[in-house]
Amino acid sequence: MRNRLVPYFFVTPAMLLLITFGILPIAVAAVISTTNMNISAFASWNNVDFVGLDNYAKLFADSDFWQALGNTGLFAVVGVPAIVILSLGTALLLNRSQSWFFRSLRAFYFLPAITAIVAISLVWSYLYNTQFGLLNYLFSLVGVPPVQWLSDPWLAKFSVALVAVWRGTGLNIIIFLAALQGVPKEYLEAASLDGAGEWRKTVSITVPLLRFAIFFVSVTTTIAWLQFFDEPFVLTDGGPLGATTSVSIFLYKEGFRLNQFGYASAGSIVLFVIIAAITLVQLRLRRADDEY
Amino acid sequence: MSTETMAGRDRSAAARATGLTLLIAVALGIGALITAFPFFWMLATSVKPQREAIDFPPTILPQQPTLEWYGQLFTELDFGRYLINTVIVVLIGFVGLLLMAMAGYAFAKFDFRGRRWMFFLVLATMMIPVQVTMIPTYLILNGMKLTNTLVGIALPTLVSGFSIFLFRQFMSTIPTEMLEAARLDGAGEFRTFWQIVLPMSGPILAVQVVLTFISGWNSFLWPLIIASDQKLYTLSVGLALLNQQLAVNPSLQMAAASVMVVPILVIFIIFQRYVMQGFALSGLK
Repeated sequence: MRNRLVPYFFVTPAMLLLITFGILPIAVAAVISTTNMNISAFASWNNVDFVGLDNYAKLFADSDFWQALGNTGLFAVVGVPAIVILSLGTALLLNRSQSWFFRSLRAFYFLPAITAIVAISLVWSYLYNTQFGLLNYLFSLVGVPPVQWLSDPWLAKFSVALVAVWRGTGLNIIIFLAALQGVPKEYLEAASLDGAGEWRKTVSITVPLLRFAIFFVSVTTTIAWLQFFDEPFVLTDGGPLGATTSVSIFLYKEGFRLNQFGYASAGSIVLFVIIAAITLVQLRLRRADDEY
Repeated sequence: MSTETMAGRDRSAAARATGLTLLIAVALGIGALITAFPFFWMLATSVKPQREAIDFPPTILPQQPTLEWYGQLFTELDFGRYLINTVIVVLIGFVGLLLMAMAGYAFAKFDFRGRRWMFFLVLATMMIPVQVTMIPTYLILNGMKLTNTLVGIALPTLVSGFSIFLFRQFMSTIPTEMLEAARLDGAGEFRTFWQIVLPMSGPILAVQVVLTFISGWNSFLWPLIIASDQKLYTLSVGLALLNQQLAVNPSLQMAAASVMVVPILVIFIIFQRYVMQGFALSGLK
């Protein structure tokens, strides 16, 4: 009898936490999204009414939500290829030699990935500063007038995304470098004997063999962009005029600044469905790919 | 073709390849310096007097280095308290690590009712983004009267499906005979876990300890949502609030950012191998 309870002793604490903070919230979000719950609920639960799908109808009529969706889509469409190409390219170059110098460079590229986004965003907002930022100083050296990095609506999108790209490449470089270990040397040597140049070998042999790693990085990067939050939160707080408001920022503001718990929950369910759908599509594509 | 010209051709090809490698080395070196530049700029500015930090053109190296901003953070501002709070959040995270190791052990080495669906739940939670759960989790914590506590800050991320999964994968490779031997010698179940399983899981444990430290230290969203009392702010939240003062005093802000970043840099330099390995494993984080 004692023996049968042993595994539960080990597994229960973690499972309880996982269910409370991983599974239960989804159900709670789904339920709340059909109510008008806001801060007044803390005074009395009588203030909460069932409103059916009203929150969803309101959400899809909310131009702010559409703007946030559009921004998030734009970030993903531009950001995913940028990060994948940049990190793949850097990994290929870093993999050229296993010498001490090349190996120690990896750490430099990796550094941004592990440092606190809040701290780093602060450093970047100093670099971006219109009056005394270093970037504008460097531009002034070549005669460019002061650039409004964070207050011009279109440029702000770019500036915020640039910080995320800078941060996002390091980790993916490491993943690609690990995958490059698996490319058989014989293939490359055989191609060399056939007279293939460096570029040809990279394009025709190495990159196709990295197909799975590229797929994996694309999926995780897409999901990361769909959840984009910290950089715009610290750099621009979603502004100017909502130009850098991602869906996550929108949800945060509705939920915790305006205390519209019901409304924000509806938005988070929509985000969840979008992320789940994109993940499923990508997995399906991979399965089709595997059948070859 | 004579062997002589062939050797000459090989030599020139080799020279070309070396030249290319050199060129790539230079390009990568420049790229690395640009990537790391914001860190240098942060540290350099943190010791500049206020006037110098907003001077135009900027000075690259501080002309009159001063440590007054670091002093101000810990005397006039409350960064000492934020630091202690952050350390407490990290320590609570280590408790979570122990719980995850225990769960991974159960999944790896025991057969029990409910194992299959529990493990399915573990995998399922890996796919749920935090933004979806942030409002209900806040309400749940509020219901447990844990908002505005350090435990409440640490609780939502205390256990992650991915870490349990990694522990399970690693612990499956521990020979069951060793556990049986310990039990025959009369060791209790928890002692077997503590004295045999954990020490044998050294490599994965090292990776996870470092990752837990980094993610606890850097965590921002939950401290931001859960801590409304300034006494409970972590470094990240205190830092985000300094943001409003940018126009006034970049030096102070860069000093605060350095307080947050430098310990992570030190950890990274010491445990570089574990950090990179851990991040490559977890992919997403």
